[in-house]
Amino acid sequence: MNVIEVRGVTKKFGNFTALNNINLTVGEGEIYGFIGPNGAGKSTTIRILLGMLKATDGKATIFGKDVWKDAVEIHKRISYVPGDVNLWPTLTGGEVIDILLKLRGNGNSNKRDELLERFDLDPTKKCRAYSKGNRQKVALVAALAQDADLYIFDEPTSGLDPLMERIFQEYVRELSQEGKTVFLSSHILSEVEKLCDKVAIIRQGEIIEEGTLKEMRHLTRMNVIVQTKEPIDGLKEMDGIHHLEKRDKEWHFQVDADKMGSVITHISEFGIIHLESLPPTLEDLFMGFYEGSVLSENKRGNR
Amino acid sequence: MLIKGTGQLTKLLFRKDRVKIIVWLTILLAVSLAAAFAYPNVYKTEQDIMAFGLTVENPAMVAMIGPGYDLEDYSTATMFAHEMLLFTSIAVIVMNILFVGRATRADEEEGQLELVRSYPVGRLSYLSAAVIEALIVNLILAFVIAFGLFLSGLDGMDLESTMLYGSILGSIGFAFAGFTALFSQLAETSRGTNVFSFGFLLIAYFLRAIGDIESEVLSFLSPLGWIVRAYVFTENAWWPVFLSFITAILTIGLAYYLNSIRDMGTGFLPERKGRKRASGFLKTMFGFLLRQQRLNIFAWAFGIFLLSASFGSIMGELESYFADVDLIKAFLGEYPNESLTNQFLSLLIGIMALFSVIPAIMSVLKLKSEEFQNRTEFFYSRAVSRPFLFSHYFLFGLIVTVVVQMMIPLGLWSTGSVLKEMGVPFNDLMKASLAYIPALWIYVSLTAFIIGWFPKLSNVVWIYFGYSFIVLYLKELLKLPDWLVNISVVEHVPNFLTEDGNLLPLFLLMGIALLLYIIGIVGYKRRDIVG
Ligand SMILES: Nc1ncnc2c1ncn2[C@@H]1O[C@H](COP(=O)(O)OP(=O)(O)OP(=O)(O)O)[C@@H](O)[C@H]1O
Ligand SMILES: [Mg+2]
Repeated sequence: MNVIEVRGVTKKFGNFTALNNINLTVGEGEIYGFIGPNGAGKSTTIRILLGMLKATDGKATIFGKDVWKDAVEIHKRISYVPGDVNLWPTLTGGEVIDILLKLRGNGNSNKRDELLERFDLDPTKKCRAYSKGNRQKVALVAALAQDADLYIFDEPTSGLDPLMERIFQEYVRELSQEGKTVFLSSHILSEVEKLCDKVAIIRQGEIIEEGTLKEMRHLTRMNVIVQTKEPIDGLKEMDGIHHLEKRDKEWHFQVDADKMGSVITHISEFGIIHLESLPPTLEDLFMGFYEGSVLSENKRGNR
Repeated sequence: MLIKGTGQLTKLLFRKDRVKIIVWLTILLAVSLAAAFAYPNVYKTEQDIMAFGLTVENPAMVAMIGPGYDLEDYSTATMFAHEMLLFTSIAVIVMNILFVGRATRADEEEGQLELVRSYPVGRLSYLSAAVIEALIVNLILAFVIAFGLFLSGLDGMDLESTMLYGSILGSIGFAFAGFTALFSQLAETSRGTNVFSFGFLLIAYFLRAIGDIESEVLSFLSPLGWIVRAYVFTENAWWPVFLSFITAILTIGLAYYLNSIRDMGTGFLPERKGRKRASGFLKTMFGFLLRQQRLNIFAWAFGIFLLSASFGSIMGELESYFADVDLIKAFLGEYPNESLTNQFLSLLIGIMALFSVIPAIMSVLKLKSEEFQNRTEFFYSRAVSRPFLFSHYFLFGLIVTVVVQMMIPLGLWSTGSVLKEMGVPFNDLMKASLAYIPALWIYVSLTAFIIGWFPKLSNVVWIYFGYSFIVLYLKELLKLPDWLVNISVVEHVPNFLTEDGNLLPLFLLMGIALLLYIIGIVGYKRRDIVG
């Protein structure tokens, strides 16, 4: 059974369409990356999944239950870290963690102390005195110290330093080894690339791609560097070649995955001396999806 | 440059606050004019005016609204000044505290200041902009009120006097803008700033009240004590205006100094180290709510207790004053059955009751501000249902109402041993105060209702609250039509001091409160939660 299923969900704020007919499927035990630029609709999607926002249209379920109607039931098995962590200024970090753990009822006190130590967080400070990263750590400790089946993180590392980021990633891997499902929204591509089995890319309220990283790489372009004995003709005119560039004697370009065969056939006629082909990084994918499809914000309606 | 960009920021503040400014100024002007026009209508003969002069000269009234004029100086204009000046000033002061507190600490706390400071603006620019905004608003207020009164063409409203009246309001407002600016540097949070500023207002009111009936020296320590000694329309003393203005300059200067030497996001009254673990009580919802708001609630409860106690202490003098003056009795023959003490007591309890619901409204409004600051999502992402949180805030508001309201009879009684001699049993006092609770609960449930359906409009509850206040204080004077009076729920509270009150309205009021709460929940369950 899929843990999260989103079918045709649309969310409008007034006549501004924040989400337009999105579909997502997260299977059990997956680490699912949800990436997209600022304002793409990541947090909106998550708030719909949490039953805080009501979808204008479509259906979303978690554990097979309706996210709006059965929110409380679902949340007994969920742990969540918000993107923008605001805490109660008069309480200490330690107090906030305890209160949040109490709300779920199955917090683990040893785990809490271990996490506090690993994340190097002083629980005696008043929340107003915490930096952004430290506020985020409070929410992370509270979320990780409790036992859940699904963990939802909204840009959990945006305020953390690289060392803390790594500790977070270790914990996520640990969760995945325990068979937990993780839904991770981010715009830090390297993080998603390191952690996630499956990725969805959202842009201006629409899912423009969903699948495993492997599938996506197939769908998109390869980076090619080639050097031949004789000068190559006709590359420019070929279909499916992008960013063509000549550096010294080498040609650098990108090829659409499905045109790879014909391009190789073509260049082999000129006597290949050296050929490198690199799979696209997630960043390439990301940029690839953005180019050429620059919709202006106002196409989604005015707020 | 320390103040680079101040002009730009001032414009920004004005753009942000323009609606609020217009609403405040309009209401202040409208109420002042309405009152000014009402006096000649209500007090038509020399005798009426004399009677007024005699009644307001008693210690209880002096404590409440300040010392009056010489008996022969009373006219419709001086009556207006005596009854309206102090209370209007307090409203202006509240406006200034809210504006300056907002533009200094609150914006700093929410990070707006950080954003602004990252642009090429000076360290002191934001504070300067807040000060300039306050100065301009107070200047406009002074002129609008002055010319409004002058142009009314009412008897005795000459230009110098009305200018003085307006200037007093503007300058006392500006003085408190200065105090708030100062407190905003000392405190570390916007809440702290508000607590200090309103606390200071309360102390100032108090000092003046005690000073006005016991020894004038105390009154001179309080800015509010200065302004009630301006004797507008007779002596027209301008020194209170200058003194207020100098106070503003000094406090603002000090605020500038402190602002220039402190770091952003810090104050001068530092925080202690806190606990590592949450106590069992804090982990309950009520414990959690109480912890957030205890300072505020305690401050209000204490303030209301003190005010009631001080009024209780002058109650005895009140009765003996009336006993001495046969003349007054003759004039006040129109109320043969009600003792004056009882009349005064019921007005007092009414006003104090309205005050006491403020912390309760604030505590329910917290649900909305928590949501808009992305804090309710901690609850709603866990197994917490919306009715659970909503009902806890609501219930908490109901309890706060009762607790703070209890301070009124307790305060009156604690010093009012004389009350006993005068035959006002504690029971009656208690009943009269408790009778307000169902009506006050309506403010709480109205707040909950608005949060359930129209969270962005939650401040509308304050408009209704202000309306109730105006009705309570001015309904006789303005001769408001019944339906306008009836809109204010506290007008339906039976008076247990003078009659054996009817219980039916109390049950009706509770029913309405319950209904508003239930409709509120329905809306709250259906709507989007922002964060
Ligand atoms: N309550 C609301 N009312 C109106 N518009 C909203 C509301 N909440 C979000 N939006 C708009 O919906 C869009 C999506 O916002 P969302 O917060 O989901 O973006 P995001 O992908 O999380 O971005 P970020 O990476 O900056 O966190 C934005 O354009 C935002 O302005
Ligand atoms: Mg977001």
